[in-house]
Amino acid sequence: MSHATVRIPAPLRPLVGGVSEITAPGETVEDVLVRLGADHAGFLERVLGPGGELRAFVNIYIDDRNVRSIDGLRSKVSDGDTIHIVPAVAGGRR
Amino acid sequence: MIARQRRLEELRRQVVEVDAVEAARLQQDGAVLIDVREPDEVAAGSPQGAERIVRGFLELRVEDSVPDLDKTLVVMCAGGARSLFAARDLQELGYTDVRSLKGGFNAWKGDGLPVQVPRVLNDAERERYGRHLLVPEVGEAGQIRLLESKVLMVGAGGLGSPAALYLAAAGVGTLALVDDDVVDRSNLQRQILHTDQRVGDPKVDSAKATLHALNPAIQVITHQARLTSDNIDALIAGYDVVVDGSDNFATRYLVNDACVKHGIANVHGSIFRFEGQVSLFWPAYEARRGPCYRCLFPQPPPPELAPSCAEAGVLGILPGVIGTLEAVETVKVLLGLGDPLVGRLLVYDALDQRFTELKVERNVECSICGDGASEIEYVDYGALCSSGVSA
Ligand SMILES: [Zn+2]
Repeated sequence: MSHATVRIPAPLRPLVGGVSEITAPGETVEDVLVRLGADHAGFLERVLGPGGELRAFVNIYIDDRNVRSIDGLRSKVSDGDTIHIVPAVAGGRR
Repeated sequence: MIARQRRLEELRRQVVEVDAVEAARLQQDGAVLIDVREPDEVAAGSPQGAERIVRGFLELRVEDSVPDLDKTLVVMCAGGARSLFAARDLQELGYTDVRSLKGGFNAWKGDGLPVQVPRVLNDAERERYGRHLLVPEVGEAGQIRLLESKVLMVGAGGLGSPAALYLAAAGVGTLALVDDDVVDRSNLQRQILHTDQRVGDPKVDSAKATLHALNPAIQVITHQARLTSDNIDALIAGYDVVVDGSDNFATRYLVNDACVKHGIANVHGSIFRFEGQVSLFWPAYEARRGPCYRCLFPQPPPPELAPSCAEAGVLGILPGVIGTLEAVETVKVLLGLGDPLVGRLLVYDALDQRFTELKVERNVECSICGDGASEIEYVDYGALCSSGVSA
């Protein structure tokens, strides 16, 4: 079983106890996310839609590559990979 | 007198002289015409397309303009004497094909060849932008380019404050500000364009006062309005760069779609609490085809899932970092310098003090910039997240 380090973006940190990264096991990106979701209530639905699909306003990266350009949620995770969750953020003016 | 003439005779044996018509023909074929006269002479007119490098700095600066030593150079002064000395020095520097324009600028003008009166910096500008002039990548030509540039700032708030301040300081000649809001005391924790005394004033007016206090010579245009699908075309037309410092998805998607439509570089910055994102969405960038904002995020989140709507707050300094990075990208675009953030998203985490760079690929199926994209029609996302992130 591979272990990846997941970088938690600021909007989701309150759901995981405020930490900036978490290491979790999984063979695919989906495995890792589901594992985080099992440990942290409310986390998974911010990233995945009701049908389990990756939400349109969230991007997941393995290192610097968007999983949409690899194999989506089924993209394979290798030991030591860093997974970045990048949500759309509106703020700036006010 | 005799020594001078003897030396000029010697130089004529070492340097090929060409007449003005021949010089113009060589220039058309790719030769570089170098005007070595003094700034006050150049200010009255100089051959179109000439490189203008004052004689005193010629050897020090010529390689910045002409790195290829085998390029044909035609050196020019007012009457054709100084250019002989200069041409010989360029030969000794290593240039292999250096000619001198016989009769100089007088002959060029006399033959009716194209002349332009170049914009030159005045003494006040030379003093103000002196530290830019010392940077070879900016220099006088770059500074003039900045002075002739037009940048539209969307939002005069957290991100717009540092971005507009630095762009004004840098001498971006025209800054337009679009913001419908008024200054609130709670803005002052991060919106450094504004002051306590101006609480209640329109943000664009407050911003203009600060920017003009910093640099009175630039033009600041204010639009106290919210960007809509009806006004955006008129507002962004003619600008070189749009700096997105907005606080809501409706505006961000509108800015993106309009920038793609008009081929304008869209400098993107967004912030949440202690984390920011910066990128440059510019499908029209010549060096590589980049993505647009919709390639990364095809649709805005629904209000109930937009974290920026539900949760508020931002570390006051964070927009300082992100807005300043936006200003850096803007100046790079205006000067054509370096490697822009096209196709790259920079994520900044202030708590971990860490920058992460992620690739943003162009989506060939993008509804706005994709291969099959039809004519761009703006979407008004309306009240979506209009309460703002309170960033
Ligand atoms: Zn696109």
